[in-house]
Amino acid sequence: MTGPAVLIERVSKSYGVVRALIDVSVEVPQGACVALVGESGSGKTTLLRCINRLVPFDSGRIAVFGTDVMRSEPVALRRAIGYVPQDGGLLPHWRVRRNVALVPWLNGAADASMRAERAIAAVGLEPVMADRWPHELSGGQQQRAAVARAVAGGQSLVLLDEPFGALDAIARSDLQGMLIELRKNTALTLVLVTHDLHEAFRLATSVVVMRAGRVEQDAPPAVIRGAPATPYVKALLARAGVEAA
Amino acid sequence: MIRPLVAACAAILAIVPNGTPPHAAAQAMGQRVPPPARSAMRPVVVASKPFGESYLLAEMFAQLLESRGISVVRRPGLGATEVALAALQSGAIDVYPEYTGTGLIAVLHAPPVHDAAAAFDTVQRAFEQRWGIRWLPPLGFENTYAIAVRAGTAGQYGLRTLSDLARVAPRLRAGLTPDFIGRADGLPGLAHAYGLHFASVRPLNQALKYRALASSKVDVVDGYSTDGSIARYGLVVLDDDRHFFPPYEAAALVGARLQREDPAAVSALTELSGRLSAPVMRALNRRVEVEGESVAAVAASALASLDLTEAKTALVRAPRAGRQSFGAYLWQRRAVLWTDTLRHLLLVAVPLAAGILLGLPLALWLERRRRAAEPVIRAVGLLQTIPSIALLAIMIPLLGVGVWPALVALWLYSLYPIVRSTFTAVRDADPSAVAAGRALGMTPAQVLRWVRTPLAAPGIMAGIRTAAVIDVGTATLAAFIGAGGLGDPIATGLALDDTRLILSGAIPAAVLALLVDALLAVVEWWTTPEPLRAAARERSRDR
Repeated sequence: MTGPAVLIERVSKSYGVVRALIDVSVEVPQGACVALVGESGSGKTTLLRCINRLVPFDSGRIAVFGTDVMRSEPVALRRAIGYVPQDGGLLPHWRVRRNVALVPWLNGAADASMRAERAIAAVGLEPVMADRWPHELSGGQQQRAAVARAVAGGQSLVLLDEPFGALDAIARSDLQGMLIELRKNTALTLVLVTHDLHEAFRLATSVVVMRAGRVEQDAPPAVIRGAPATPYVKALLARAGVEAA
Repeated sequence: MIRPLVAACAAILAIVPNGTPPHAAAQAMGQRVPPPARSAMRPVVVASKPFGESYLLAEMFAQLLESRGISVVRRPGLGATEVALAALQSGAIDVYPEYTGTGLIAVLHAPPVHDAAAAFDTVQRAFEQRWGIRWLPPLGFENTYAIAVRAGTAGQYGLRTLSDLARVAPRLRAGLTPDFIGRADGLPGLAHAYGLHFASVRPLNQALKYRALASSKVDVVDGYSTDGSIARYGLVVLDDDRHFFPPYEAAALVGARLQREDPAAVSALTELSGRLSAPVMRALNRRVEVEGESVAAVAASALASLDLTEAKTALVRAPRAGRQSFGAYLWQRRAVLWTDTLRHLLLVAVPLAAGILLGLPLALWLERRRRAAEPVIRAVGLLQTIPSIALLAIMIPLLGVGVWPALVALWLYSLYPIVRSTFTAVRDADPSAVAAGRALGMTPAQVLRWVRTPLAAPGIMAGIRTAAVIDVGTATLAAFIGAGGLGDPIATGLALDDTRLILSGAIPAAVLALLVDALLAVVEWWTTPEPLRAAARERSRDR
């Protein structure tokens, strides 16, 4: 398949009178890492959650690997797409191995535990961590486990919602490095929500700047830096202290 | 760990305002085997209300029937008028002693009548018409309200009648039963008839008021004219010179079934009519309430002295053990206590298990139907607001008296804590774990099964523990509908003013509450997922 991993066309979504998304169109090529950036309330998280139907959108169309998501059964769709929430969302009453094995286990895979161990290694966690309880892990280790869980089912598309937002600067940098490594070794496509422009520029092949439910600019990092499309993007860059290229 | 103890004590205290209570004495008498001719007939169920004189009269009914070869089941100490009457109407019991004034005012809500014969005619006709219940001819004495003062007070002010009392009332403190303070034929009517105005009026329960009077905490109490305590404390009963109090003639109240199926039993009971005078009754009550003879022994000797039964030499007077230690007393009662404790455990375990069986699935279902949840849980909560005695009374027409209505009532009581805490715990289970489960492709049922329910385990167990401790406490009230258990000695002790007997039920009940809670704490530890146990420990320390 050579089409885009995710194709978002003119998607709109309102919460009552609040218009969270207005005619948003974004294309995520296979193997890309697209960062959705913007301030709180810009609609970036809502857009991310429309992709695996955690949020029902009002109009427009979203296709994942060529299939309209509205034709997919939501549970099957979500199992096919990895997801990393901001706080990790590990089930506190399951050991790390079982947490990571969640999706293969839901799918009835006989080798769920083995897949989990492979994923744990892929995100750079020590094998002994598999037998720990989530609360015994550091914040960074928990996020690594959450990423492992998002890929253990063999998912080739992963949605990440502010995955490193709650971590300190050093852990965040480590985790970003881990994601870069992971992408090198696999054909993963990532859609990443972040409010941190530095993170977006470091990880993303393409950055989508959102503001009040609309796409302000959608371009590779170098273009955004070099030619901010609007005064808003320029101001955002200035505020983040990102030097123009 | 204070909570269970408090709950058990509260439940025990909850009995007290209801006035008085049940049995044990009956156990002392072995039941005689009826002759073969009658063996096919259903035994006659003889009941009483929860106070000493009612016990004694019921025991006399029972022994009288047994002496005529009629087999008897004893259900002493039924809750109060409503409970006993409901049981009689439904056929759960066949006969119990009642007073015409109570039938007239508390049951029929008729205006007070001052002529004894007129009162009897009125209740006789109304009970027959409405429920087919028959008042047998009166036993021969009245047990009306009595206003009593210490002999010293009577001497000091020259009190002989209620009119005398009205003169000095503004200098006296009254301690009256809450019932008497409220009802029209009690204090309000009395105050109006005699112009009585006390310096103060304190509500005091049945079991305490005579002691309060004797120790000069109050100066005037209400009582019943045949109370044994009047003699015990040497009190003076003031004459109702304006005939304010309605007549309270005692009589056997017989249900429709017994009249229809067993005329021989009815005619045997009639033999007591007109045989008991007020002085005789006061003396009998005194033997039970003051001298501590067993109800069975006093009943037997009373029947023998009335030539209604043959005198039995085998009857040993068994005064209350006065000097032995409480420990020895408990040891002596160990067989009864063991039976009561087992029965009590049954009254806790079965309703609790049934409560879990219904409550858990209901709460889990409601978690999926949030809109229905609040109305349903509030409806279940309404059950909780029905006073225990009332709920038990409601059960009687449906299930009779005994263990069944108690099991059902306790089951209903256990539902609310279980449903409420399960629902809340499941609903509020770690939102980020729930969101992650959903985002990664768990079905709602899988989220409930694998995420919400295990994370809610400590909250669910908290609800079950609350329900269990409530059941241990409330089960003590089941004695009032003849279900037995540790409430039996408590209720009988209250009726007979026997503190040791009360404690012999109350202390094991409190210990049982602690043990049940401790046992469930272990279950809670065991059902809580390992990483959550530390947090659960923190919470229980806070409690």
